Amino acid sequence: MSTEFTQIQPLSQPIDIGDEIASFASEIEAEIDWHLAKYPVMRSAILPLMFIVQRERGYLDPPGVAYLAKRLGLRITDIWEVATFYSMIHTEPIGRHHIQICKTLSCKIMGEPRITEHVCKKLGIQPGETTPDGKFTVSLVECLGSCGTSPMFQVGFDYYENLTPEKVDQILASLPP
Amino acid sequence: MFIGAIGCEPLQLARVHLENSRSLEVYRRHGGYQALERVLTSMSPDDVINEVKKSVLRGRGGAGFPTGMKWSFVPKDSPKPKYVVCNADESEPGTFKDRYLMERDPHMLIEGMLIAAYALGAKTNYIYTRGEYKYLIDIMDRALEEARAAGLLGQNILDSNFSSEVYTHTGAGAYICGEETALLSSLEGMRGHPRMKPPFPAVSGLYACPTVVNNVETLTAVPDIIKMGGEAYQKLGTEKSGGTKLWSVSGHVNRPGVYELPMGYDDMEKFIMEDCEGMRDGKKLKAVIPGGSSVYVMRAEDIIGRDVRMDYEGLVAGGSMVGSGGFIVMDDTVDIFESTKNLTEFYKHESCGWCTPCREGTDWLVKIFKRIEKGGGRPEDAQLMLDLCDNIEGKSFCPLGDAAAWPIQSAIKRFPEDFKRHLVKAN
Ligand SMILES: Cc1cc2nc3c(=O)[nH]c(=O)nc-3n(C[C@H](O)[C@H](O)[C@H](O)COP(=O)(O)O)c2cc1C
Ligand code: SF4
Ligand code: FES
Repeated sequence: MSTEFTQIQPLSQPIDIGDEIASFASEIEAEIDWHLAKYPVMRSAILPLMFIVQRERGYLDPPGVAYLAKRLGLRITDIWEVATFYSMIHTEPIGRHHIQICKTLSCKIMGEPRITEHVCKKLGIQPGETTPDGKFTVSLVECLGSCGTSPMFQVGFDYYENLTPEKVDQILASLPP
Repeated sequence: MFIGAIGCEPLQLARVHLENSRSLEVYRRHGGYQALERVLTSMSPDDVINEVKKSVLRGRGGAGFPTGMKWSFVPKDSPKPKYVVCNADESEPGTFKDRYLMERDPHMLIEGMLIAAYALGAKTNYIYTRGEYKYLIDIMDRALEEARAAGLLGQNILDSNFSSEVYTHTGAGAYICGEETALLSSLEGMRGHPRMKPPFPAVSGLYACPTVVNNVETLTAVPDIIKMGGEAYQKLGTEKSGGTKLWSVSGHVNRPGVYELPMGYDDMEKFIMEDCEGMRDGKKLKAVIPGGSSVYVMRAEDIIGRDVRMDYEGLVAGGSMVGSGGFIVMDDTVDIFESTKNLTEFYKHESCGWCTPCREGTDWLVKIFKRIEKGGGRPEDAQLMLDLCDNIEGKSFCPLGDAAAWPIQSAIKRFPEDFKRHLVKAN
């Protein structure tokens, strides 16, 4: 790393970002502006903005990527480059409820296998798959910081801890369609 | 789950059980922001750094680097802006203390960051939180808003001439972004690859400006240091590491939780068997990983009757490290071959791919584990794994490589029977 910060400049020729560019309602634009205002360099807002695009469009789709490139003054490839590094950024559609079961050591020894088996049997899918109705995706993920209250999973951003098969049934039944 | 202090008065956990502990009002009623006020009205930046030096506070993120010394590396005469970045990435398996500090007492972190910002002359500061902790980012944003409205954050804080802002930032699921230079890459909007050191962040960090990166627990210790004085804080711990330390305890104990203990607490056996109320279902203790997944695994024989002191030197003498203080306790139903495979899969998944020894090495290690698990083990596999570890440890670009090798090296050395069983089974 040098001791001078140089922003990566977009190519000098015009960039073709395609015709299909996502657009957002004004309150979403305001939220995006709020994030951009935090940083002296626009590019820093890339992850917060990706989460917004993903929340609004279900996943980071090509029109969403084009939007970010345009909004941040970056190349399409700059956006993909970052998107593909982070496991929470989805570049493919996923279920409306993303069940992320922690499979790391503390959860594993405290009963994760039993929870995973129960969830998969109940939904009829394997980890990494989505139910045909698009409601659930199940993933096995690494430690989520609930090791003292394991086993656990996260559905979207919500934590569910000290899980038992009975608790899992209640949680799954309580989720909106 | 237990949250509280043992063997000392709670400092960082002093307010966690109060009703509305998150609110500014409760924080202030219990002494909150008094340290900031004292700093702004009667201390120079150097006074603050000296007080932190006297406290012998060592970084709680994992490396244990003395915080006061780190702060003094920031060049005073630099014309560039300076930054304080709080490392709230907390992704080390077995570690969950920062989560409760932010969830229950967000203003303590804001106060600590502002004192650090004053000491270093930073006008802009970020809290880099792992993406999964979205609810904590919301809690922090609300607390920041409250502080701003009360004149504790932003322009002319508490009517002094000091102005400084704190913003939250989100990661997006990458363990490596807890490593401070990778964190800064990520905060600049890049892939989270580590950077070459030197230059260290204190000289050239965020946007190539002087930057201090500190863990949540480190920064939340600062208000108490100012309030009680560095010397008094040091005396709570040992000569070489002052104050109290949070330990996240998980696994097969009766009472998992976040424990605040004085540095140098005596001893590990008492801690597990009495404070954590012993092993579940009357099972026998087999192994402990005391500092998050990245440190050496310890055998019960090296803990029981051995008076292992719980501080940096004590755990090194006991054959491991403090690391992040993530205490993973395992009983004799656990196969150390399997637990080591589990952690190796973690490191393979989290290797950022930047350098060859770690990217390829962790992948091969997992392949070998899987082959053995399927019954294809060979007697020479233990040596093969050690050779691979030898090609990763000390030969990788950042410490994640070492962290991947250490669990395997220590497990093969200390639990040879668990490996042998799998290797012999095949023949
Ligand atoms: C692979 C890796 C992961 C790390 N993860 C974290 C983390 O999640 N949180 C943290 O505070 N420090 C983490 N660290 C340590 C940081 O690099 C850095 O030392 C620390 O944030 C400095 O703060 P401190 O001086 O307050 O400890 C990690 C280091 C490595 C090598
Ligand atoms: S050691 Fe691993 S995590 Fe660190 S730079 Fe190399 S590949 Fe990335
Ligand atoms: S190991 Fe599952 S939350 Fe930490």
